[in-house]
Amino acid sequence: MDFDWQPVWLTLKLAGTTTVLLLIIGTPIAWWLARTHVWYKQALAAVVALPLVLPPTVLGFYLLIMLAPDGPVGQLTQAMGIGTLPFTFEGLVFASVLYSLPFVVQPLQNAFEALGPRPMEVASTLRASPWDRFITIVIPLARPGFLTAAVLCFAHTIGEFGVVLMIGGNIPGETKVLSVAIYDHVESLEYDQAHLLAAGMLAFSFLVLMTLYLVNGRYTRSHRP
Amino acid sequence: MTGRSVKPLTTLLLTLALSTTGIEAAEVKLAIAANFTDVARILAERFEQQTGHTTRISYGSTGKLYSQIEHGAPFEVFLAADRARPEKVQDEGLAVSGSGFVYARGKLVLWSLRESLFTEGESYLKGSDFRHLALANPKTAPYGLAAQQVMQHLGVMESIRPRLVKGDSIAQTFQFVATGNADAGFVALAQIKAWQGESGTLWEIPESYYAPIDQAAVLLNKGQDNPAAHAFLDFLKSEKAKQLIQAYGYGVE
Repeated sequence: MDFDWQPVWLTLKLAGTTTVLLLIIGTPIAWWLARTHVWYKQALAAVVALPLVLPPTVLGFYLLIMLAPDGPVGQLTQAMGIGTLPFTFEGLVFASVLYSLPFVVQPLQNAFEALGPRPMEVASTLRASPWDRFITIVIPLARPGFLTAAVLCFAHTIGEFGVVLMIGGNIPGETKVLSVAIYDHVESLEYDQAHLLAAGMLAFSFLVLMTLYLVNGRYTRSHRP
Repeated sequence: MTGRSVKPLTTLLLTLALSTTGIEAAEVKLAIAANFTDVARILAERFEQQTGHTTRISYGSTGKLYSQIEHGAPFEVFLAADRARPEKVQDEGLAVSGSGFVYARGKLVLWSLRESLFTEGESYLKGSDFRHLALANPKTAPYGLAAQQVMQHLGVMESIRPRLVKGDSIAQTFQFVATGNADAGFVALAQIKAWQGESGTLWEIPESYYAPIDQAAVLLNKGQDNPAAHAFLDFLKSEKAKQLIQAYGYGVE
């Protein structure tokens, strides 16, 4: 049997890009949510958590409308000279960033909240700049949070299906990721190929999650006073 | 508690009363291909008015409904979007043999949301002046297969291939075009008839460009003893039903 690796690489590329982008975007959001006391904080936290509860069809449907040539985001992307996003890899990245947002923000927010204000206050009495404090104190102390966020985001993006199906268009090498390839095989009654990909994905997801729990477990143990 | 027990009792009495007078109203469970959704709603309504039977309809792609039937879904009548699946269920002994017939012939169109995008569909396809062209997945959707045949017939398959986007079903393909995300797409004429939005640009593809999309119905074993299932299939063959089916953009025999 000819094994088609393309969906595998494409999926890894999508998950990797999404994870990097979300760590960059999610960290300031989580930091702000952990520190702020404004009255609308809970409303924003709820917005961030929305993708957890919304069915992918809702997200996919609105993305399709928003990203369309005459949709608000579509008009913006066209004005920027990058055309429209549906049926492109960039479109999948955009959708994945939205879809996996809570998986990055929530663990980070928890980690930041657990730190408390003390370490930062002490550091500032030592005249460390805010940026210094963040790099040398927050990041090392919140390491388990960053690890959890990265792994969950990566794994969740790999498992993404409904949204990709709705805005991807099933293009080989561009938007045909693993979950869609598996679905395609099952729908076409090609059960052999479907089994191969599905079993691989099952094993991979299990390994990723187990590694996360092992590493985090060891980390928490070694840092317990 | 008494309030709650009254209702089943009334229903029971009512059923008894009806059955003694000879009007036996039953329910038929229908599995219907997604492209037929709009006309099926009207047909079911007329059928219920005419016979007193009731319907319960599950819509889905032909391939999905087929695998559900294979795995013991409780459907009694299957209206597919092709001939192959109803024949298969008959061969597998899941349907009453000899009960299959073609109830509609699907018509394929090339459609775009944009006004006067092309004057000639054929040269539009050959000119390939578009970014995304939508079709249903040819592997699973009969309308997708027909779309592929049209492009092969015109000799443009290879040049268009990189720009093809595939919908999971004909319904999703329509969505790609109706939201303007795909420049144009191969959809069912019936979908255009049901569409309330802008009319856009339409090319009714000559039927000689693709193998006929014969949509066949079949009586499944589970409906064998249900009078409502038989009544529905009879209704589907009636002149009245044929007229409706035709008005919704299908060919009938």
